[in-house]
Amino acid sequence: MNAYTSHSDRNVLRRIVTAIPYLWLLIFFMVPFAIVLKISFAEAMVAIPPFSDLVTYADEQLEILLNLGNYFYLVEDSLYINAYLGAIEIAFVSTVLCLLLGYPMAYAMARMESKWQNILLLLILLPSWTSFLIRVYAWMGILSTNGLLNNSLMWLGMIDQPLQIMNTNIAVYIGIVYAYLPFMVLPLYANLVRLDNSLLEASADLGGRPLTTFLKVTLPLSKAGIIAGSMLVFIPATGEYVIPELLGGSETLMIGKLLWQEFFSNRDWPIASALAMVMLVVLVVPIMLFQHQQSRELEGQR
Amino acid sequence: MSRSRFSFSNIMLILGLIFLYLPMLVLIVYSFNESRLVTLWSGFSTKWYFELFEDDQLISAVWTSLEIAFFSATMAIVLGTMAALVVSRFGNFRGRTLFNSMIAAPLVMPDVIIGISLLLLFVSMAQMFGWPAERGMTTIWIAHVTFSTAYVCVVVSSRLKEMDISIEEAAMDLGAPPVKTFFLITLPSIMPAVVAGWLLAFTLSLDDVVIASFVSGPGASTLPMVVFSSVRLGVSPKINALATLIIFAVSLVAFIAWWLMRRAEKQQQQQMALMSKSEELHIEEQRQQNPDDETGLEQPATLLLRR
Repeated sequence: MNAYTSHSDRNVLRRIVTAIPYLWLLIFFMVPFAIVLKISFAEAMVAIPPFSDLVTYADEQLEILLNLGNYFYLVEDSLYINAYLGAIEIAFVSTVLCLLLGYPMAYAMARMESKWQNILLLLILLPSWTSFLIRVYAWMGILSTNGLLNNSLMWLGMIDQPLQIMNTNIAVYIGIVYAYLPFMVLPLYANLVRLDNSLLEASADLGGRPLTTFLKVTLPLSKAGIIAGSMLVFIPATGEYVIPELLGGSETLMIGKLLWQEFFSNRDWPIASALAMVMLVVLVVPIMLFQHQQSRELEGQR
Repeated sequence: MSRSRFSFSNIMLILGLIFLYLPMLVLIVYSFNESRLVTLWSGFSTKWYFELFEDDQLISAVWTSLEIAFFSATMAIVLGTMAALVVSRFGNFRGRTLFNSMIAAPLVMPDVIIGISLLLLFVSMAQMFGWPAERGMTTIWIAHVTFSTAYVCVVVSSRLKEMDISIEEAAMDLGAPPVKTFFLITLPSIMPAVVAGWLLAFTLSLDDVVIASFVSGPGASTLPMVVFSSVRLGVSPKINALATLIIFAVSLVAFIAWWLMRRAEKQQQQQMALMSKSEELHIEEQRQQNPDDETGLEQPATLLLRR
């Protein structure tokens, strides 16, 4: 075989191997966003599908109707703005809680002997392989007014009245931290395990106290892991639907829940589309941050 | 470095693990509770398990879910491995930035957004081409393949990065065509990652409720959809029994996967040790014996190819 043809063969192959996932993602990931954008400018109608056409052609007239009303409506009705702010607040607090719990866990794992590391990694990952729904559901039985937590606390005599945790934001925080903790621990661990021990020793030799060493050496070096983990928690938590639906109450205003209601209960697809578009805009900065980190992970260290 | 066994981080790790496992333990214990009131213990019973198996709707949902998960995981490893090759082997090409963002975005994209956008795509396609006329298993399959591919790509590409590229190059230099090189050299050595990716995609598909609810039609209900509609009404002992079965199934599969991987790793280590030993031996032999001994030269190469 001559080298020239084999080289061009290889190029053709590479194009095919690139094109297949590329086309799949274009059609089923990118194009849908364009359609959501289009429908967010439509008008809700009682029809199948329940929205108006943007472009109509009748009597030699091409009409393009862009209905901006959905977006104005989102701004005018304080319900939607509050739902965005509520979602961001809940996601932010949950992310911080996840970080506070997950960082020491990842740190402890990374410092262990390697035979323990694999087992612990499996233990952290195992819950995330069981059903997400089941894990959220588990808290319903624990947190409810006559649930396990309240019964135990009353039995211990620590409280007289059952605590109202279920159907509050506290239950939502617990649910999100519980469900997303592995996503925080994993990138942090992957980052911390690569940390060069000699740097820590150098700092200690130079008289750095453990806390100083942690703040000045370990923490800055694990920045990439913190960003990746935080984004893996914050972004999905912002759009979370299942957790606020099952554990939250009427005070829990989150955009994912509202979008679901508009779509399924009110059958207002254009408003739901506009909500999704605004959610994407709100999340665009954290998503870019994550992707920047991720593509450096994917390409780097070759 | 001498560090206390009871340092702050170790205590947090233990607390964190208790936090992760306690709720599941509670579910398992209460699945054997006789009372319908899930929070009151009234005696040991397995009756909820029998009721579970008599629920036809639930059982058929289990099969629907398993079928979708199997086929979407299988498709996802094909697309995801291709995508991993693109991001970790193919260098720069036009549209690479877009490709990288499209492959990373599904990892963090909220489910409701993926769900609504895919549903609107299917509705528009049905209007334009008449396909898919009815939403159901196929549309759920497409949706699950799309987001699983991203996860498979991450898992496989990290393995590809670790892999020694010189073996592939050696095969190519010796005249192996790219496809043959991939199937004989690359694929066997990334196989653990591909298997891990398949399992991940399978569990992701079994787990999804939001996206499936958007893109499904009246014909197909997956297990999470059925569970969700039941759980919304409150705690039910039957769901506890189901949860226990799921937890046991997952633990079993995870244990088997872990055991197989450990065995493969050990074998690999042994083989590596063997290989380096045989190389040493070979050098020794060469020094001592005839330096033109051809059979000795071939040995490490054949050992490599047989793997």
